[in-house]
Amino acid sequence: MRRLVLLCGCLSASCGFWSTGVRHVSGEPYPKKLSGWRLFTGQLAKLQPNERVVPYDINTPLFSDYADKRRFVWVPAGTTIQYRESEAFEFPEGAVLAKTFSYPGKIVETRILVNTRNGWVGLPYVWNAEQTDATLEIAPDPVNIDYKNPAGEQLHFRYSIPNTDQCKGCHELGKRVTPIGPKARHLNKSYPYATGSDNQLAHWMKAGILTGAPAPEAAPRNAVWNNPATGSLEQRARAYLDANCSHCHNPKGPADNSGLYLMASQTDPLRLGFCKVPVAAGHGAGDLRFDLVHGSPDESILVRRLNSVEPKVMMPELGRATIHREGVELIREWVASVRGGCS
Amino acid sequence: MHRGYIGLFAAALILLGSCARHESGLTPGPGFRKSLQEALIQAKPGSVIEIPEGKHDIDSPLTLSVDNITLRGKGMDKSILSFKNQTTGPAGLMVTGNGFTIEDLAVEDTKGDGIKVKGSDKVIIRRFRAEWTGGAKETNGSYGIYPVECKNVLIEDSVVKGASDAGFYVGQSRNIVVRRNRAEGNVAGIEIENSVGADVYENTATGNTGGILVFNLPDLPMRGGQVTRVYKNQVVANNLGNFAPKGNMVAKVPAGTGVMVLATSKAELFQNTIKDNQSYNISILSYLTTGNPIKDASYDPFTDSIHIHDNQISGGGNAPDGRAKQIGEALGTPLPSILYDGVVDPKKKRLTADERICIENNAGATFLDYDAGNGFKKPSRDMKAHTCSLPPLPAVVLPFES
Repeated sequence: MRRLVLLCGCLSASCGFWSTGVRHVSGEPYPKKLSGWRLFTGQLAKLQPNERVVPYDINTPLFSDYADKRRFVWVPAGTTIQYRESEAFEFPEGAVLAKTFSYPGKIVETRILVNTRNGWVGLPYVWNAEQTDATLEIAPDPVNIDYKNPAGEQLHFRYSIPNTDQCKGCHELGKRVTPIGPKARHLNKSYPYATGSDNQLAHWMKAGILTGAPAPEAAPRNAVWNNPATGSLEQRARAYLDANCSHCHNPKGPADNSGLYLMASQTDPLRLGFCKVPVAAGHGAGDLRFDLVHGSPDESILVRRLNSVEPKVMMPELGRATIHREGVELIREWVASVRGGCS
Repeated sequence: MHRGYIGLFAAALILLGSCARHESGLTPGPGFRKSLQEALIQAKPGSVIEIPEGKHDIDSPLTLSVDNITLRGKGMDKSILSFKNQTTGPAGLMVTGNGFTIEDLAVEDTKGDGIKVKGSDKVIIRRFRAEWTGGAKETNGSYGIYPVECKNVLIEDSVVKGASDAGFYVGQSRNIVVRRNRAEGNVAGIEIENSVGADVYENTATGNTGGILVFNLPDLPMRGGQVTRVYKNQVVANNLGNFAPKGNMVAKVPAGTGVMVLATSKAELFQNTIKDNQSYNISILSYLTTGNPIKDASYDPFTDSIHIHDNQISGGGNAPDGRAKQIGEALGTPLPSILYDGVVDPKKKRLTADERICIENNAGATFLDYDAGNGFKKPSRDMKAHTCSLPPLPAVVLPFES
């Protein structure tokens, strides 16, 4: 009788041996294999989303050594994501965000963020050489990558996969781990769904996984860093800093001690770095005096640090082993265009 | 029956033994970083992670976010984490957990900082060494031991050599004890910055560019650095050429600085031996002397409530460097033992009795107010205006020491 009750309890889609739905995980133990999450169907490397798993994209992403990134979201049936205008959306317990990093012919890793009963947890899964599955590794070794960047340079580098502590290095906000990408301004764009193109916020609302979002026109929207049709030079540069820096450089983030805050909402030029003296920048500062100098990218510490791969100089500190030449160029152009000066 | 009791007793002993929760089984060699990092991530609060003897090659930064962990080696010259081949990461060890203890261990040749501890309550760093083994070089990492935004910090019996910024650097923290350490061959030996409540005592700072610095700087979330006691330290011959990257605040510190108090309130310097620092043994400066613009409206750039007493001060001032060199050229060398820029908040006109710069009982130490605010026009070597006393500052009490 007891066995029968157990069996019945497990007939819901997300539980049990026969289930085919995404696995609802509320805490440890976590699936040891990526396949154990059942986020995808068929051959895993093809990343075909399982039922109710929604692919998404963001306007201006974080640069990750030119890796191609594919993102998916899932929430347990009957639950919804609560819209927020400027912060990350509020997700129900059990929600999963999955981001897969790959180069042509090589999937490297899939990072899972899962909202457990104790809050969000970041889990790195490293893909095997056969590309059939990925294994949870809490302290993965770096991976050698050969890649030809868009400028035609052949790059060889040590791609580092964050350990579970380093996940917090970017995702921590006021001592709590939070998602970064799923914010209105990042998601407010169209996506080519299998059923046709649609705005992501509108699509999530229609799919019943999001509540409280206004019409897309009324929601904030970041520019696309490399698409001038989406915003002015300043808007694109600020979108780039927002995506690449503000997860740490905000008043509650891991770089709060720097006093340099680079969120899209920042309006104070000093906090944004103009004429701001660095304090504990160490080598990051080099021989330069200010974080940003109007009209002078070459005198701006921020530009110097984006344009470096030396561990003690480079920014962001993690998740980058190459220079994003196109991104640096955008920030240079913007700094060069800003009028004013530091005396 | 008896035998049964003995068996129970033995079982209880075994259980007790297993309660100490020592993590061991880390074996030196390839894969050491990975197994140590896994141990750091999976550690249960309250456990001890033992680092075996040997020089362990670590190529990427180690991180710790679990609370109440002790990381323990076999001695600062025996258990060494060598980051010579580090390819990523701004620090060797990056700690964010509360209740962190590290002891009897060394980190060498990190690309960035040696150990950084951020936002932790209760930090104990003892018999720990951070060193750049190639000597003083601009390419060395910035800070050796670097707690920031922490409270209840104890750093004792430790050694830092070769940092291209500060060897011991405590920033934006509260309730701090730094004692019996040795800082040698760094740009700044020991630096307390934008912090409240620090006791710095019985340390030796020698062969650095500057021995001990007490700073309060603008544009940071935590300002108003104050209540710092610097006592019974040996601050001797800190005459190393400044090798910090020029954009850094410490790049402005003249080689040959003993103790520098910058833009700080409430500091007490007493019973120190400060000698043979070739720019000056002690300087008391406002932030205005840095020449940096101040954009931070709520920042107080002035220095006040400073009490310097009962120190043994001798030698030095004979070969001033940098900014001190300009002062020497204008007003003559050797510079005196205690150098004061004389800059007072213009809104105040004069300091109240308890805001004064008081200098007493320093066995023949000489003094110069070089009148920085008026282009050295009215320098004064007369200490009389500063012959006064201030009430002693309170000692720091660490909650885990009683």
